[in-house]
Amino acid sequence: MPEILTAPLVVEFPFTRSLGPVQSAFLTGLRERTVLGVTASDGRVVVPPAEYDPVTAEEIRELVEVGTAGTVTTWAWNPAPRRGQPLDTPFAWVLVRLDGADTALLHALDAPGPDAVRTGMRVRIRWAAERTGAITDIACFEPDESTGDDGRTREPVAHDGQFPDLLTGITAPARLDYTYSPGAAQSRYIQALADRRTLGERCPACRKVYVPPRGACPTCGVATSTQVEVGPRGTVTTFCIVNIKARNLDIDVPYVYAHIALDGADLALHARIGGIPYDQVRMGLRVEPVWADGAFPHSPEDMGAAPIPDHYRPTGEPDADYDSYKELI
Amino acid sequence: MSKEPVAVTGIGQTHHVAARRDVSIAGLVREAAGRALEDAQLTWADIDAVVIGKAPDFFEGVMMPELYLADALGAVGKPMLRVHTAGSVGGSTALVAANLVAARVHRTVLTLAFEKQSESNAMWGLSLPIPFQQPLLAGAGGFFAPHIRAYMRRTGAPDTIGSLVAYKDRRNALKNPYAHLHETGLTLEKVQASPMLWDPVRYSETCPSSDGACAMILTDRTGAARAPHPPAWVHGGAMRSEPTLFAGKDFVSPQAGKDCAADVYRQAGITDPRREIDAVEMYVPFSWYEPMWLENLGFAEEGEGWKLTESGVTELDGDLPVNPSGGVLSTNPIGASGMLRFAEAALQVRGRAGEHQVDGARRALGHAYGGGSQFFSMWLVGAEPPAV
Repeated sequence: MPEILTAPLVVEFPFTRSLGPVQSAFLTGLRERTVLGVTASDGRVVVPPAEYDPVTAEEIRELVEVGTAGTVTTWAWNPAPRRGQPLDTPFAWVLVRLDGADTALLHALDAPGPDAVRTGMRVRIRWAAERTGAITDIACFEPDESTGDDGRTREPVAHDGQFPDLLTGITAPARLDYTYSPGAAQSRYIQALADRRTLGERCPACRKVYVPPRGACPTCGVATSTQVEVGPRGTVTTFCIVNIKARNLDIDVPYVYAHIALDGADLALHARIGGIPYDQVRMGLRVEPVWADGAFPHSPEDMGAAPIPDHYRPTGEPDADYDSYKELI
Repeated sequence: MSKEPVAVTGIGQTHHVAARRDVSIAGLVREAAGRALEDAQLTWADIDAVVIGKAPDFFEGVMMPELYLADALGAVGKPMLRVHTAGSVGGSTALVAANLVAARVHRTVLTLAFEKQSESNAMWGLSLPIPFQQPLLAGAGGFFAPHIRAYMRRTGAPDTIGSLVAYKDRRNALKNPYAHLHETGLTLEKVQASPMLWDPVRYSETCPSSDGACAMILTDRTGAARAPHPPAWVHGGAMRSEPTLFAGKDFVSPQAGKDCAADVYRQAGITDPRREIDAVEMYVPFSWYEPMWLENLGFAEEGEGWKLTESGVTELDGDLPVNPSGGVLSTNPIGASGMLRFAEAALQVRGRAGEHQVDGARRALGHAYGGGSQFFSMWLVGAEPPAV
């Protein structure tokens, strides 16, 4: 295993958005191939529409329909599109002032290369074949070679914002890809677990032993570099019985979530208690780790089948005196 | 040069509910801000700066929402600051705003905090699949329940104390039209029979998940003199932090909380908080935190907080009413929850708390905490201006 561990961490969630009256009309409009803006107090047409006036902060609700073609006001070439971007071939990010609008909308322009893009060029919306009421209903923009009066809207036209089946909310999936590293101290700790050893680190100033170690003492602010083997036995200092199942956990409820002060450690770590009915767990219970083959969930496969303390079980020793662990609660 | 006295002249909040599907986040904060301006009888042009707070961006998944909210909060062309201190953020946001007025940087500041939990998932946001760690935790309740058990063991408090707090706060909420939970048929027996979620914490002893926002207008003496209603005056305010986990941390009564309270009392000239403070709004997301904070904030000796709860002292008509608004147990738009505590304290000393008004409240404490009991923010407000 490497000296300092790393692993991918993917954070993703389908957030929901309540749209409010203005975005509701705007996104439903896109579904119906209609682009709506809003008239601000100074007469400017703002596209995409805002709920509140950018100058006076007053509520603005006067919707107008603008054109589906417009002019590029500035752009940047994107040579390497990433997952989730509007096009999977290189494209230009463009700000487009649609005909009839006074502000520009950010979107993608499908163009063969940066030489084909310029500020001031005419573009038009390429609608997505399937539209749901989302900004992606505009698949992208494309160069607009047509000239003159082709019947498209040029001036903003008042619109009541009403459509059949008005959309009031959307789902907005978000995903962040990280490379997570627990750092040097926790890497040492995790690697020692493979040998069924629990390694803490001692602060050179206050002499407290931290498990799991963090590489620095949060009280003294100095690096901890001395490894100290602790446990394997410890004392339950406090606990709760979890009766609700979290969506990201495959642990059957009820289970006991306990704080365990390993012998030789100066603060408790958190672990599950097994091997005893949940309603018989108590403060002061003496416990030991139950090692299980198999790496931590969410960890790289090269962790192999290194054992980890899956949970802790009673040792059978008499309970610890409250006074012996009360400072560790 | 002494500090400028700071007055609260406007307070606004939304009607907190599980889901406000009819408004965007902008629409939600706008309601609270509009009500605060109306209370102070000011317009957007009267505001010099905006200070906004919310819990982690992760919760709704909108990165730096303050950028998008600048127009909704009339911040265009003005300074706008974002504050973040986890669950205590509503309190620390108000304190940052108050300090801007106290330092005479700005004369009139709009401060606002919000959370739209229906668009978010706090339990998910707090339980990310971190590599090399065993996922164990089921939300904030699982984190705090062991500390509640430790409090019970340390003090010998009867098992029923938590249910008394929940029953009291939910009844107080019936008098607060803005509160999220209005459980008209609730009885103490029902609280005590509700399911155990994170033993020793029962369902009815747990805060709800709310959409809501809270806003306040803070201003200087000149602004206060023009205010249409009596202001609340800030007599003291402080924040303290400590690490989430460290050797020697006292989760039952964190040192940072004690230090924060002591600083506030020193500023306000309070020597006996139990006698000199008329009402307390404290951050109690799980009912047992009422007796725990009563001790941490110096209203009771260590080990004695539960006796105040048990004897009815903290009831709305008691000697030291705690959470007359119904508290976090009845309303929890996380980012706004701290500011709601601060705002309720101000409402009480302004005499504008309506049905949940504490008779004769002249001095009130607002309290918030966040993270793993690591961030604390508090203010003490009074009906009279502070001695300069």
